[in-house]
Amino acid sequence: MILGLVAICAPLGDSCLSRGMTALPAISLSHPVTLIAAVFTPWIALGIALLIAFFASYLTALSWADLTFVLPATAFGNVIVALLARFWLHDSISLERWAGIVLITLGVSFVAQGPSLTERPTSRESPEPAIEIEQEQVR
Amino acid sequence: MNFASQAAHVNPWSAAAMIACVVLCSTAGEVLTAAAMKSLGDLDEIRARAGLKGAIRAVLTCPLFFAGVSFLALAFFSLLFALNHLNLSLVAPASASLTLVTNAIAGKIFLKENVDRRRWTAAVLVCIGVYLLAH
Repeated sequence: MILGLVAICAPLGDSCLSRGMTALPAISLSHPVTLIAAVFTPWIALGIALLIAFFASYLTALSWADLTFVLPATAFGNVIVALLARFWLHDSISLERWAGIVLITLGVSFVAQGPSLTERPTSRESPEPAIEIEQEQVR
Repeated sequence: MNFASQAAHVNPWSAAAMIACVVLCSTAGEVLTAAAMKSLGDLDEIRARAGLKGAIRAVLTCPLFFAGVSFLALAFFSLLFALNHLNLSLVAPASASLTLVTNAIAGKIFLKENVDRRRWTAAVLVCIGVYLLAH
Protein backbone atom coordinates (compact mmCIF):
# COMPACT_ATOMS: atom_id res chain seq x y z
CA MET A 1 0.00 0.00 0.00
CA ILE A 2 2.71 2.48 1.09
CA LEU A 3 5.06 1.37 -1.72
CA GLY A 4 2.17 1.74 -4.19
CA LEU A 5 1.60 5.31 -2.94
CA VAL A 6 5.33 6.09 -3.40
CA ALA A 7 5.28 4.68 -6.94
CA ILE A 8 2.06 6.48 -7.96
CA CYS A 9 2.35 9.86 -6.17
CA ALA A 10 5.80 10.83 -7.56
CA PRO A 11 5.01 10.44 -11.29
CA LEU A 12 1.49 11.85 -10.90
CA GLY A 13 2.87 14.84 -8.96
CA ASP A 14 5.51 15.49 -11.62
CA SER A 15 2.87 15.20 -14.37
CA CYS A 16 0.59 17.69 -12.56
CA LEU A 17 3.48 20.16 -12.15
CA SER A 18 4.39 19.75 -15.82
CA ARG A 19 0.78 20.25 -16.95
CA GLY A 20 0.35 23.28 -14.65
CA MET A 21 3.60 24.96 -15.68
CA THR A 22 3.07 24.47 -19.44
CA ALA A 23 -0.43 25.96 -19.16
CA LEU A 24 1.05 29.16 -17.69
CA PRO A 25 2.60 31.92 -19.82
CA ALA A 26 6.43 31.93 -19.89
CA ILE A 27 7.89 33.09 -16.56
CA SER A 28 11.05 35.20 -16.73
CA LEU A 29 13.67 35.55 -14.02
CA SER A 30 13.01 39.29 -13.94
CA HIS A 31 9.53 38.59 -12.49
CA PRO A 32 10.11 35.85 -9.88
CA VAL A 33 6.92 36.79 -7.99
CA THR A 34 4.88 35.13 -10.75
CA LEU A 35 6.42 31.80 -9.61
CA ILE A 36 4.81 32.27 -6.18
CA ALA A 37 1.46 32.98 -7.83
CA ALA A 38 1.91 29.78 -9.88
CA VAL A 39 1.96 27.72 -6.65
CA PHE A 40 -1.72 28.56 -6.07
CA THR A 41 -2.97 27.40 -9.48
CA PRO A 42 -4.99 24.13 -9.21
CA TRP A 43 -2.68 21.76 -11.17
CA ILE A 44 0.49 22.97 -9.43
CA ALA A 45 -1.13 22.89 -5.97
CA LEU A 46 -2.29 19.33 -6.69
CA GLY A 47 1.22 18.42 -7.90
CA ILE A 48 2.81 19.80 -4.72
CA ALA A 49 0.25 17.94 -2.54
CA LEU A 50 1.04 14.68 -4.38
CA LEU A 51 4.80 15.20 -3.98
CA ILE A 52 4.35 15.85 -0.23
CA ALA A 53 2.32 12.60 -0.06
CA PHE A 54 5.13 10.86 -1.97
CA PHE A 55 7.81 12.05 0.48
CA ALA A 56 5.74 11.10 3.54
CA SER A 57 5.07 7.62 2.11
CA TYR A 58 8.73 7.24 1.12
CA LEU A 59 9.93 8.10 4.65
CA THR A 60 7.36 5.70 6.16
CA ALA A 61 8.54 2.92 3.81
CA LEU A 62 12.18 3.55 4.76
CA SER A 63 11.28 3.26 8.46
CA TRP A 64 10.31 -0.43 8.05
CA ALA A 65 12.05 -1.60 4.86
CA ASP A 66 15.59 -1.62 3.49
CA LEU A 67 16.70 1.11 1.06
CA THR A 68 17.80 -1.63 -1.37
CA PHE A 69 14.22 -2.99 -1.27
CA VAL A 70 12.34 0.35 -1.48
CA LEU A 71 14.24 1.89 -4.42
CA PRO A 72 13.85 -0.94 -6.98
CA ALA A 73 10.27 -1.61 -5.83
CA THR A 74 9.22 2.02 -6.29
CA ALA A 75 10.94 2.27 -9.69
CA PHE A 76 7.67 0.81 -10.99
CA GLY A 77 6.50 4.45 -11.06
CA ASN A 78 8.52 4.88 -14.28
CA VAL A 79 6.44 2.13 -15.87
CA ILE A 80 3.22 3.82 -14.70
CA VAL A 81 4.31 7.10 -16.31
CA ALA A 82 5.12 5.36 -19.61
CA LEU A 83 1.78 3.50 -19.61
CA LEU A 84 -0.12 6.71 -18.70
CA ALA A 85 1.62 8.48 -21.59
CA ARG A 86 0.71 5.62 -23.93
CA PHE A 87 -2.95 5.09 -23.03
CA TRP A 88 -3.98 8.51 -21.65
CA LEU A 89 -1.92 10.95 -23.72
CA HIS A 90 -1.69 8.56 -26.72
CA ASP A 91 2.12 8.93 -26.99
CA SER A 92 3.93 6.29 -28.97
CA ILE A 93 6.33 3.97 -27.10
CA SER A 94 9.37 2.69 -28.97
CA LEU A 95 10.59 -0.92 -28.82
CA GLU A 96 13.49 0.21 -26.56
CA ARG A 97 11.03 1.67 -24.05
CA TRP A 98 8.87 -1.46 -24.05
CA ALA A 99 12.08 -3.40 -23.29
CA GLY A 100 12.73 -0.98 -20.41
CA ILE A 101 9.19 -1.53 -19.07
CA VAL A 102 9.65 -5.31 -19.18
CA LEU A 103 13.05 -5.14 -17.40
CA ILE A 104 11.75 -2.85 -14.62
CA THR A 105 8.72 -5.09 -14.10
CA LEU A 106 11.01 -8.14 -13.90
CA GLY A 107 13.32 -6.34 -11.44
CA VAL A 108 10.41 -5.30 -9.22
CA SER A 109 9.00 -8.84 -9.22
CA PHE A 110 12.46 -10.18 -8.25
CA VAL A 111 12.86 -7.83 -5.28
CA ALA A 112 9.23 -8.20 -4.15
CA GLN A 113 9.68 -11.96 -3.65
CA GLY A 114 12.37 -11.46 -0.99
CA PRO A 115 12.22 -10.08 2.57
CA SER A 116 11.76 -6.31 2.88
CA LEU A 117 14.00 -5.88 5.93
CA THR A 118 17.41 -7.27 6.85
CA GLU A 119 17.17 -9.46 9.97
CA ARG A 120 19.43 -8.11 12.71
CA PRO A 121 20.40 -10.04 15.84
CA THR A 122 18.73 -8.67 18.97
CA SER A 123 20.39 -8.57 22.41
CA ARG A 124 18.25 -11.57 23.52
CA GLU A 125 19.54 -13.68 20.65
CA SER A 126 23.19 -12.94 21.35
CA PRO A 127 23.81 -13.33 25.07
CA GLU A 128 27.61 -13.60 24.78
CA PRO A 129 28.39 -9.89 24.35
CA ALA A 130 26.12 -9.14 27.34
CA ILE A 131 28.15 -11.55 29.49
CA GLU A 132 31.34 -9.87 28.33
CA ILE A 133 29.96 -6.49 29.38
CA GLU A 134 29.08 -7.88 32.83
CA GLN A 135 32.64 -9.21 33.21
CA GLU A 136 34.01 -5.80 32.25
CA GLN A 137 31.89 -4.20 34.96
CA VAL A 138 33.14 -6.69 37.57
CA ARG A 139 36.75 -5.82 36.72
CA MET B 1 25.75 28.92 -29.95
CA ASN B 2 22.62 26.82 -29.48
CA PHE B 3 22.03 24.40 -26.58
CA ALA B 4 22.75 21.24 -28.57
CA SER B 5 26.13 22.44 -29.81
CA GLN B 6 26.94 23.77 -26.32
CA ALA B 7 26.27 20.30 -24.85
CA ALA B 8 28.28 18.63 -27.59
CA HIS B 9 31.37 20.71 -26.77
CA VAL B 10 31.62 19.61 -23.13
CA ASN B 11 34.73 17.56 -22.34
CA PRO B 12 33.70 13.90 -21.70
CA TRP B 13 35.60 13.93 -18.38
CA SER B 14 33.71 17.06 -17.27
CA ALA B 15 30.42 15.41 -18.27
CA ALA B 16 31.35 12.29 -16.28
CA ALA B 17 32.32 14.45 -13.29
CA MET B 18 28.99 16.31 -13.37
CA ILE B 19 26.98 13.06 -13.55
CA ALA B 20 29.16 11.51 -10.81
CA CYS B 21 28.47 14.53 -8.60
CA VAL B 22 24.69 14.11 -9.05
CA VAL B 23 24.92 10.35 -8.38
CA LEU B 24 27.17 10.67 -5.29
CA CYS B 25 25.12 13.46 -3.68
CA SER B 26 21.90 11.57 -4.39
CA THR B 27 23.30 8.34 -2.93
CA ALA B 28 24.58 10.11 0.19
CA GLY B 29 21.17 11.75 0.64
CA GLU B 30 19.25 8.47 0.22
CA VAL B 31 21.55 6.56 2.59
CA LEU B 32 21.46 9.26 5.30
CA THR B 33 17.66 9.55 5.03
CA ALA B 34 17.30 5.76 5.24
CA ALA B 35 19.65 5.68 8.27
CA ALA B 36 17.57 8.43 9.92
CA MET B 37 14.33 6.53 9.39
CA LYS B 38 15.86 3.27 10.68
CA SER B 39 17.09 5.07 13.81
CA LEU B 40 13.56 6.32 14.50
CA GLY B 41 11.83 2.96 14.03
CA ASP B 42 8.50 2.16 12.41
CA LEU B 43 6.74 5.49 11.70
CA ASP B 44 3.33 3.76 11.67
CA GLU B 45 3.91 2.64 15.27
CA ILE B 46 5.08 6.12 16.31
CA ARG B 47 1.95 7.61 14.70
CA ALA B 48 -0.27 5.09 16.50
CA ARG B 49 1.43 5.92 19.82
CA ALA B 50 2.00 9.69 19.57
CA GLY B 51 -0.30 10.78 16.72
CA LEU B 52 0.59 12.44 13.42
CA LYS B 53 2.15 15.45 15.17
CA GLY B 54 4.35 13.12 17.22
CA ALA B 55 5.52 11.31 14.07
CA ILE B 56 6.31 14.61 12.31
CA ARG B 57 8.13 15.87 15.43
CA ALA B 58 10.18 12.65 15.59
CA VAL B 59 11.29 13.08 11.96
CA LEU B 60 11.99 16.82 12.23
CA THR B 61 14.10 16.45 15.38
CA CYS B 62 16.40 13.84 13.82
CA PRO B 63 19.75 15.42 12.74
CA LEU B 64 20.49 12.59 10.27
CA PHE B 65 17.26 13.42 8.44
CA PHE B 66 18.43 17.01 7.86
CA ALA B 67 21.84 15.77 6.70
CA GLY B 68 20.05 13.49 4.21
CA VAL B 69 17.73 16.23 2.96
CA SER B 70 20.72 18.59 2.58
CA PHE B 71 22.50 16.07 0.34
CA LEU B 72 19.29 15.50 -1.65
CA ALA B 73 19.04 19.28 -2.15
CA LEU B 74 22.70 19.31 -3.23
CA ALA B 75 21.93 16.50 -5.70
CA PHE B 76 19.02 18.56 -7.10
CA PHE B 77 21.22 21.63 -7.64
CA SER B 78 24.00 19.44 -9.14
CA LEU B 79 21.38 18.07 -11.53
CA LEU B 80 20.34 21.61 -12.51
CA PHE B 81 24.01 22.51 -13.07
CA ALA B 82 24.55 19.38 -15.18
CA LEU B 83 21.42 20.12 -17.22
CA ASN B 84 22.80 23.58 -17.88
CA HIS B 85 25.81 22.01 -19.65
CA LEU B 86 24.59 18.61 -20.89
CA ASN B 87 21.59 17.19 -22.72
CA LEU B 88 18.63 15.95 -20.69
CA SER B 89 18.67 12.70 -22.71
CA LEU B 90 22.12 11.94 -21.26
CA VAL B 91 21.87 13.28 -17.70
CA ALA B 92 18.41 11.95 -16.70
CA PRO B 93 18.86 8.26 -17.66
CA ALA B 94 22.52 8.09 -16.61
CA SER B 95 21.98 9.61 -13.16
CA ALA B 96 18.70 7.73 -12.48
CA SER B 97 20.08 4.33 -13.42
CA LEU B 98 23.55 4.71 -11.85
CA THR B 99 21.99 5.90 -8.57
CA LEU B 100 20.22 2.52 -8.24
CA VAL B 101 23.51 0.63 -8.40
CA THR B 102 25.45 3.02 -6.11
CA ASN B 103 22.58 2.83 -3.60
CA ALA B 104 22.82 -0.97 -3.58
CA ILE B 105 26.58 -0.73 -2.90
CA ALA B 106 26.17 2.00 -0.26
CA GLY B 107 23.26 0.12 1.35
CA LYS B 108 25.47 -2.94 1.75
CA ILE B 109 28.51 -1.04 3.06
CA PHE B 110 27.00 1.70 5.24
CA LEU B 111 23.56 0.39 6.22
CA LYS B 112 24.76 -3.25 6.49
CA GLU B 113 21.73 -4.38 4.46
CA ASN B 114 21.57 -7.94 3.21
CA VAL B 115 21.98 -7.28 -0.53
CA ASP B 116 21.62 -10.85 -1.79
CA ARG B 117 21.71 -12.13 -5.36
CA ARG B 118 18.00 -11.37 -5.79
CA ARG B 119 18.47 -7.69 -4.87
CA TRP B 120 21.57 -7.31 -7.06
CA THR B 121 19.65 -8.79 -10.00
CA ALA B 122 16.71 -6.45 -9.32
CA ALA B 123 19.01 -3.40 -9.06
CA VAL B 124 20.76 -4.23 -12.35
CA LEU B 125 17.51 -5.04 -14.21
CA VAL B 126 15.83 -1.84 -12.98
CA CYS B 127 19.01 0.15 -13.76
CA ILE B 128 19.02 -1.03 -17.41
CA GLY B 129 15.23 -0.64 -17.60
CA VAL B 130 15.28 2.95 -16.33
CA TYR B 131 18.08 3.77 -18.80
CA LEU B 132 16.11 2.34 -21.72
CA LEU B 133 12.90 4.05 -20.61
CA ALA B 134 14.42 7.48 -20.02
CA HIS B 135 16.85 7.48 -22.96
